[in-house]
Amino acid sequence: MLKRFRENKSFQGTILATPTLIFMVGLLIIPLLLTMVISFGTRSADGNVIYGFSLHNYARMFGISNECPNGQSTCFDPLYVQILWRSLSLAFNTTVLVILLAYPLSYFVARSHPKRRNTFLFMVLVPLWTNFVIRVYAWMMLLRTQGVINGVIGWMAGLFGLHFVPFEMLYTPGAVLVGMVYEFLPFMILPIYTSLEKIETALYEAAADLGANPFRTFLKVTLPLSMPGVVAGTILVFIPVMGTFIVSDLLGGKQVVLVGNLIQRQFLDARDPTFGSAASLILMVMTLIVTYFYTRKFGFGEEIISV
Amino acid sequence: MNPYRRSPFIRLSTILVYAFLYAPILVLIIFAFNSSRTNILFGGFITHFGPIKMVGSTVVQSPCGPFHWFCELAKNRDVMGATRNTLTVAIISTISSTIIGTLAALAMQRYNFKLKTFTQISLYIPIVIPEIVMGIGILVLFSQLFTFLNGFLGITGDARLAMGLPTVIVSHIAFSIPFVTLVVQARLQGFDKSIEEAAMDLGANELTTFWRVTFPTILPGILSGGLLAFTLSLDDFVITFFTTGPGATTLPIYVYGLLRRIITPQVNALSTVWVLIVFVIMLLLQRSQKKTN
Repeated sequence: MLKRFRENKSFQGTILATPTLIFMVGLLIIPLLLTMVISFGTRSADGNVIYGFSLHNYARMFGISNECPNGQSTCFDPLYVQILWRSLSLAFNTTVLVILLAYPLSYFVARSHPKRRNTFLFMVLVPLWTNFVIRVYAWMMLLRTQGVINGVIGWMAGLFGLHFVPFEMLYTPGAVLVGMVYEFLPFMILPIYTSLEKIETALYEAAADLGANPFRTFLKVTLPLSMPGVVAGTILVFIPVMGTFIVSDLLGGKQVVLVGNLIQRQFLDARDPTFGSAASLILMVMTLIVTYFYTRKFGFGEEIISV
Repeated sequence: MNPYRRSPFIRLSTILVYAFLYAPILVLIIFAFNSSRTNILFGGFITHFGPIKMVGSTVVQSPCGPFHWFCELAKNRDVMGATRNTLTVAIISTISSTIIGTLAALAMQRYNFKLKTFTQISLYIPIVIPEIVMGIGILVLFSQLFTFLNGFLGITGDARLAMGLPTVIVSHIAFSIPFVTLVVQARLQGFDKSIEEAAMDLGANELTTFWRVTFPTILPGILSGGLLAFTLSLDDFVITFFTTGPGATTLPIYVYGLLRRIITPQVNALSTVWVLIVFVIMLLLQRSQKKTN
């Protein structure tokens, strides 16, 4: 028996992977399947789940409503489609802004003296590991009507004797965008840095020797070789932005409702877990589709674990 | 050509982005020393030591002086309870997920077995789906399971199964395993197998080879995987939010609950302590990594 065990490599591998498999099946695969089963069910009067097979939650999500203003049986209600679209465009805008902010910094660090690189990276990691909720709070303090930003501008206006009406910044879509960019910026810096750091300086020298100016060198050498980092960073930013609900909750108030807020409210306030499950699965499918096409076009490497 | 040449544009934007990263944290820390209890405007520091004295909503004197809000924090039972819960969850889930994840990494890197592809795919899923989807899934699982078990076994009253620290811990283990496995796998990929063969040639059996050669070599990978699991657990909001129950509040959940109602300098004091602890842990980690390299 023991001898058979020692010789059976396949059996040994299975044994080593079993605890992981139990957790992954029990707390990931089964929960996802259960979410799917529930999304086909209906809500009972007391907020429980009645199992069944009905697509009405999905229909509702895509705008087919049964509560029509002028007595029709079905009509189009764009509410949830708008929420989906808002989440997608916010995730897209955040990702683009984050790339624009992260790239120069990553480039700076990758081209700095090797001895200093770790210090610069360390300076990126400190804000990252300062708690997520605390970082949103910091922006609440900055953006409030009586907050720090308005305070500083008002003080400067006062120096010139100008009258200043504070900006309304908190609870706007802009506040949510700034908060998202702030939260996820480090997730873009680290993978871009990892791919830039791998580029050998000889390549830059070769490009310069062959007569390329710095701009052309950047376009033809640096940018293409750093694409794996940008792709990995995009996945690490786009996916969480699609699902985050704290940033929009605390910085957007009731003005900015994202898919994450919709799902959270179905489970905690409005109490329709079946509709929340459908929304959650649609969110998952949307991110998987985007990730699939994006990585199929560009591919991503080990940069994904640089964080 | 100087390989370290960076244009003024790159320098300037780097400085601005670093300022963007640090300005909010700096403001957070300064306001932890605010004498104004409402914490809307900065009312200056608390300069006098002595029994607490208030003028309106301004604290003018405190036994702790400028550190008034830190002392209040230390007296806050909710914060202390949440801290205890956070650490309990983080420590148990880190130890478990590091062991489980390392075993899986060894399996994935060294062995071929039937469920290998399935395991690898399932390990990638938490990375490519939003955290809320996994959180909702676990919430649905536990709530349906507990409802069923309570009904089936006829459990009533306080004995009923409900969400709490155990569900939080189990969920944290689940979401940490993939990250530990990936980090340890990356370490194993760079492993030179000939040193194991050398040990075997010199007469060591498989177990001795593992403990004396393989394990010490991959230990830095295991430790950084464990540290990642620890920080992920400390930082986690979403999964905890959906799997927690009465009496199992962690710090991020506690802070979130506060922010929706009131804002006091106590939250800033808590944030400042958090930033300092994270800073020290990371500094120590960076030092130890330098040594191993």
